[in-house]
Amino acid sequence: MNLISARKLIFEYVRRDKNGDVDGFSRAIDEVDLEISRGDFVAILGPNGSGKSTLAKHLNSLLFPTEGTVFVDGWDTTDAEKIWDIRKSVGMVFQNPENQMIGTIVEEDVAFGPENMGIEPENIKERVKESLTMVEMYDHRKTSPSKLSGGQKQRVAIAGVLAMHPKCIVLDEPTAMLDPVGREEVIRAIRGLNDVENITIILITHNMEEAVFADKIYVMNEGHIVMSGTPKEVFSRVDELRENRLNVPEVTLLAHELAKAGLNIPPGILTRKELCNCLCRS
Amino acid sequence: MSILVNHLDHIYNPGTVFEVKALSDVSFSVDEGEYIGLVGHTGSGKSTLAAHLNGLMKPTGGGIYYNGVDIASEGYNLKELRGHIGLVFQYPEHQLFEEDVFTDVCFGPKNLGLSRTEVEMRAYDALKAVGIDDDHFYVSPFDLSGGEKRRVAIAGVLAMKPEVLILDEPCAGLDPAGRDEILAVADELHDSLGITIILISHSMDDLARHVKRILVMNDGKLVMDGTAREVFSHREELEAMGLAVPEVTAVLADLKKAGIPVRDDLITVEEAAKEILRVFGR
Repeated sequence: MNLISARKLIFEYVRRDKNGDVDGFSRAIDEVDLEISRGDFVAILGPNGSGKSTLAKHLNSLLFPTEGTVFVDGWDTTDAEKIWDIRKSVGMVFQNPENQMIGTIVEEDVAFGPENMGIEPENIKERVKESLTMVEMYDHRKTSPSKLSGGQKQRVAIAGVLAMHPKCIVLDEPTAMLDPVGREEVIRAIRGLNDVENITIILITHNMEEAVFADKIYVMNEGHIVMSGTPKEVFSRVDELRENRLNVPEVTLLAHELAKAGLNIPPGILTRKELCNCLCRS
Repeated sequence: MSILVNHLDHIYNPGTVFEVKALSDVSFSVDEGEYIGLVGHTGSGKSTLAAHLNGLMKPTGGGIYYNGVDIASEGYNLKELRGHIGLVFQYPEHQLFEEDVFTDVCFGPKNLGLSRTEVEMRAYDALKAVGIDDDHFYVSPFDLSGGEKRRVAIAGVLAMKPEVLILDEPCAGLDPAGRDEILAVADELHDSLGITIILISHSMDDLARHVKRILVMNDGKLVMDGTAREVFSHREELEAMGLAVPEVTAVLADLKKAGIPVRDDLITVEEAAKEILRVFGR
């Protein structure tokens, strides 16, 4: 059984006019089918307003389908009795780490989730240590979050989710506000969780370079899934991505230009190393 | 128009245990019509520097001269200065507040005490310059897409008719097509209206494509100042500061190392593709 499965998911917002009267409906998600297995690393790409974040909020019962169904670990997300189990299974990390910090020091912040779950204090300590170690922030456990860099804050936010022992973490543009160093720290942490701890990762991003590491990419536009496949498959369709207001990694673009000019380079080159090897052989 | 930054220092909380040297002996000058990129990792002093350039912060040492006059001198008209040197903050769309787009853009020039006709003409020109069509003028700014909102916010600053426009991370959070649109606006303002642009960005790929000159900040100091090509030839130094060179420049360096005789001082995909094709005899 898949960890997450959405079938014919539709979500509509109610549009209101100036007086607050119903003006109509906007369809943010339009018949989306999605299957994510345990241990997958999935990237969801799409332009602003394509429905990515709305989809993400369906995965831990923050929003409910207008039509269709979403199952998490076999539970229907609309099942009121299972809502806390679902939120425990699927943790969320948002774009701005500052909006998710509540503790005065790092370890307190990370303990917040398990405390609310009613975990024994001894056990909480254990979980906090383990979570902070996983994102390489244990040394900063006594620091005030305000003294941390963006990348560090975001890793603490991830640790806060990890302390609840989720099966899956959904990250909604976690690097959008970070500098290149912070980005790399966060992406490295995410990949580690997937590789080492086998936690299912759903990464929503605008940064094409980050999606290269995924097992599978879904591209959304106007509420639909318009492309899907491995990074190699998706990024070999340069023109189609551009039609969807996206792009490909710079290296892929360079390889694409070279292939167009007649060099023998296969489509879907994703890294510098691949491109170099390819050119050195020809 | 000229800006001269002369041995600028800024110390936060001087004389206390919280003392931080945010800017340290920064000197450079900006001439009319330049297109400059300002880079540095988070906390390197970029935004503090930008805030000094339009008089939002006062130097604790050294000075800034606009057209030869010290802007920190007694009785200097800072309000007028801010009309000449426009600063677009990060996420400027958070500052939109009026009922419709056109009124929002009128807000700045209205405060300059201009006639109504002049205010409206400026708002019209500014909105046109950022590519907002007439049919969007009377909609609520909150009904626009992320990229459109940001362009309206930039128009609000443009309506002040600045000679210099400082854009602090204008592409943060936008999808790739949205990024391209904002940068095309910056190009247009520079090329057609002759506005001097200072672009703060973390994306070396974007800078390589758009700016002529790059200033690199590290720990409050200005450590590099040169053409984009010069700056990007210092790969190791940049990497030591948590920065990078454009992805394609790194590809060329890798190829050179592998024994393929390519130039490695090229910085855009077009240039790099041309060079590789030349070497491979196409």
